Parts: sequence; C-alpha cells; structure tokens
Amino acid sequence: MSDIASRVKAIIVDKLGVDENEVVAEASFTNDLGADSLDTVELIMEFEKEFDIQIPDDQAENIATVGQAIQYIESAK
Amino acid sequence: MKQRRVVVTGLGALTPIGNNLQDYWEGLKKGVSGAAPITHFDASKFKTQFACEVKNFNVNDFIDRKEARRLDKFSQYAMVASDEALVDSKLDIESLDKDRVGVIWGAGIGGLETFQQEVTNFANGDGTPKFNPFFIPKMIADIAPGLISIKYGFRGPNFTTVSACASSANAMIDALNYIRLGYADVIVSGGSEAAVTGAGIGGFNAMHALSTRNDSPETASRPFDADRDGFVLGEGAGALILEEYEHAKARGAKIYAELAGGGLSADAHHMTAPHPEGLGAKNVMINCLRDSGVSIDEVDAINMHGTSTPLGDVAESKAIVDVFGEHAYKLNINSTKSMTGHLLGAAGAIEAIASILPLVEGIIPPTINNQTRDEKIDSKLNLTLNKAQNRDVRIAMSNTFGFGGHNACVLFKKIEE
Repeated sequence: MSDIASRVKAIIVDKLGVDENEVVAEASFTNDLGADSLDTVELIMEFEKEFDIQIPDDQAENIATVGQAIQYIESAK
Repeated sequence: MKQRRVVVTGLGALTPIGNNLQDYWEGLKKGVSGAAPITHFDASKFKTQFACEVKNFNVNDFIDRKEARRLDKFSQYAMVASDEALVDSKLDIESLDKDRVGVIWGAGIGGLETFQQEVTNFANGDGTPKFNPFFIPKMIADIAPGLISIKYGFRGPNFTTVSACASSANAMIDALNYIRLGYADVIVSGGSEAAVTGAGIGGFNAMHALSTRNDSPETASRPFDADRDGFVLGEGAGALILEEYEHAKARGAKIYAELAGGGLSADAHHMTAPHPEGLGAKNVMINCLRDSGVSIDEVDAINMHGTSTPLGDVAESKAIVDVFGEHAYKLNINSTKSMTGHLLGAAGAIEAIASILPLVEGIIPPTINNQTRDEKIDSKLNLTLNKAQNRDVRIAMSNTFGFGGHNACVLFKKIEE
C-alpha cells in the first residue's frame, strides 16, 4: 500500500469510526461506510489539510469511494 | 374543563459533584464541593483558575466515538442525562405514541467550545474559510433536543429555551404548559451547559462575575457569606421526564412529585445587575405561587438562585422576605450552587432535582462554605448553613435568574390525589 493510501485510510478510520478492514478501495463513503453529507465534506477537508492540496467542489463531488480519493490525491500531488 | 396536571417520573444528572442521579444526591446531602483547578484548558493566565468541572467523564462510555465527535460537550452531557432520566422513568419507548412526546431543553450558551475552536482556527489562518461542516450544527443551542428526538424518535414539540441562567427553568415551564394545553403527554426536559473554556472563563472574568479565590477553590462558592466574591462556573446537565398525571398513573409510574406551576418575570433594569430591591425576583415567586394555586404559608423550602455574587444574594433574600413575610423565617432556604457551582443553562434543571428529592427523602441539602454571615442578609432566615437538615417537605420552590433580567421559578409538590 502506498504512503498516500495508508494516510487516506487512517483519516477515514478516524473520522468515520469504522474498522480498518472495511476501508477497501471500492467502499463508498455513504453507502458502505455510513457517512452522511456532512461527513463527506469533512473528509474532503481533512484530505486537503493532510496533503496540502485544494480539492474544488466540482471535483469533490466525484470522490465517492476510498479508491477515488486515493487516485485523486495521487494525481494531484 | 379541569386543567391537566404534570408530574415528574424520571430524573437524570451529570454534575460536578456526581455523574449520575444517585451520586449527585449523595454529594448534595454530604455538602461536597465540586470546585477544583481547571483541567479542560491551560488557565494559568486567567484571573480565575478553577471551576466546577464534570469529573472522570469518558464520553465513549456512553456514546460511540463517531457519534460523540459530532457533538459539542453540552450535547454529550444532554444525551447522557436524558438517557438516565428515560431509563429511570421506565417508559416503554417502543409502545409510546411518539407524536405525543416532546423534548424542551434549556441551554444558556450552547456549543461554546466548538465556536471557540472554529473561530480560532479561522483567525489563525490566512483568511481562507476552512470551517468544519459540523461547526454550526454542533454549536447551535437547539441541537441538544434535536439530537435527543433523533435518538428516540420523539416527534412532539421540540426546541431549546435560551434565557441565560434561567434557561432550563424556562424549559420546564414551557413543557408544563404544553402538556397542560394538550400538545404532548410526555416531555423530556432539563438543560445542559459546557462553558468551562477559555472564552467562557475569560468572558465572565471580564465582567468581574467570577470568584477569584484561587488559593481555595472548594470554599469559593459561598452564597450569603460576607466574603463572597462572585460565582464559580460549573458545567453538566440535568434531565426531568415530565408526564401528564393520568398518563403516568395509567402505566403505574413512580412519581417523584408534581410540577404544580411556574412563574416568569423580567427585571427590566440592567443587562447583568439584578434589580437592587429584587423586584423581578419578587414578582416571579408571586407568579409561581399563583400559577400553582399555593398559598405562601404552604411552602416549606426554596432553593435560591443564590450564585454567591455580592449583589444577587442580597436582592434575592430581600425578595423572599417581601413575598413571604413572617413565613419567610419558617422556610428552609438553601443554595446548592455552593456545591455545584453555577451551571448556567443547566442550573434550573439540576436545582429542580435538588428541590424534588427533599420531597421524597425528607432532607434539605445545605448551603456550604458559610463562615461569616453577611449582615445585609436578614439574620432570621434559615439558610440551611453548612449541614443538611431533616424536614418533611411538602412544597418546594426553585428560583433561577438570568443575565438579561430573566426570572423563572418552578414549584414542586408532593403528589396528592
């Protein structure tokens, strides 16, 4: 697992209070990990802070799964 | 039509002197002080470095980690105390008509810690707004009853009353009247506050409202004492299940007391100073007696607002003598803030509990820390100083007054057919 992937997963485990095993690439924040609309906004903010990047709202809307988050951040770095 | 009556069928408490109802009551009877050096933040630069904090409280013992993270402390306290009260009431939540169950809560400030954190983050940044999406929903004072309703599915009247230190007495009086009027059969009421933060202590310090007796925190809250120098900030929650009498009887509920009436008034005098002659305090007690249909000589006990401020204690004690005349000297008067500190929006709720349990137990908790009596306070009043007193209590009143000049008073009565 890449460094980025493990940091993304750590944030998700912390913020959503889910088990690490559940945080797989295809897991959807809302459908699988119990996030609501406020949680997803908070996750995006945490990613921005952790990786010192800006994720515009129209891009953030396309980040719905763990894998999509990792992919976006890897390409943005 | 006969007025619907309202009784108390469940209690919950999370206080600086006990984290549940039983421990709170034991602390009250023993005269325990909840004051100690502040642990929630570094207070070393503050004029006041102590408070009545809730102690040994681990939120994860009650609420799962993810849920707890979404709640400001004042809401966490609300959830814990209302859970205890609901369990205590033995209401069968599943079989309740949830459209007829409301939550009317009191909070003087709300999520002060959340507000402070978010605004500090913003102020320390480069001007780019990076507010957490939970900032507003965590902070707003009405979120606590919202959260309680979401947890249990209670769909009746739901809101928070805000009148500073009278907030939760206002909540109970609104609940009483909504049940009387038939809007609900059961209302979870009470209040919570969590203002022991830099902004809270610093803000009250700036007003010169807080005691600065840093060398002796546990004796700092000393209502009626000649050397009192301000109130001690407290935090926590109190919860009461208020239920229509026939509804409670029909299910064979344990009934602590009847909430027989409430009084409301305003000083219309000053933002923070009490009316010097206690005009609003006088009116609120008269209104409360009238609403309850109780005459002055029937009252046994009054838990005063008694915050341990130089002006407030004098004005309130004058008001009691004015209202009750000679009977004032037969009352057991106390201020449990001497032990708990001042819980602001939760004060009315925990002090209502401190007025209800004497009806059941026949013991009046003391006003602790009285060393030198203030000559400006009528020496014939029985202020229940320093030690609890036994008394068969049939009727007890509880006063609360808030900055802004809001006054609210509730009256509890032993249940009678």
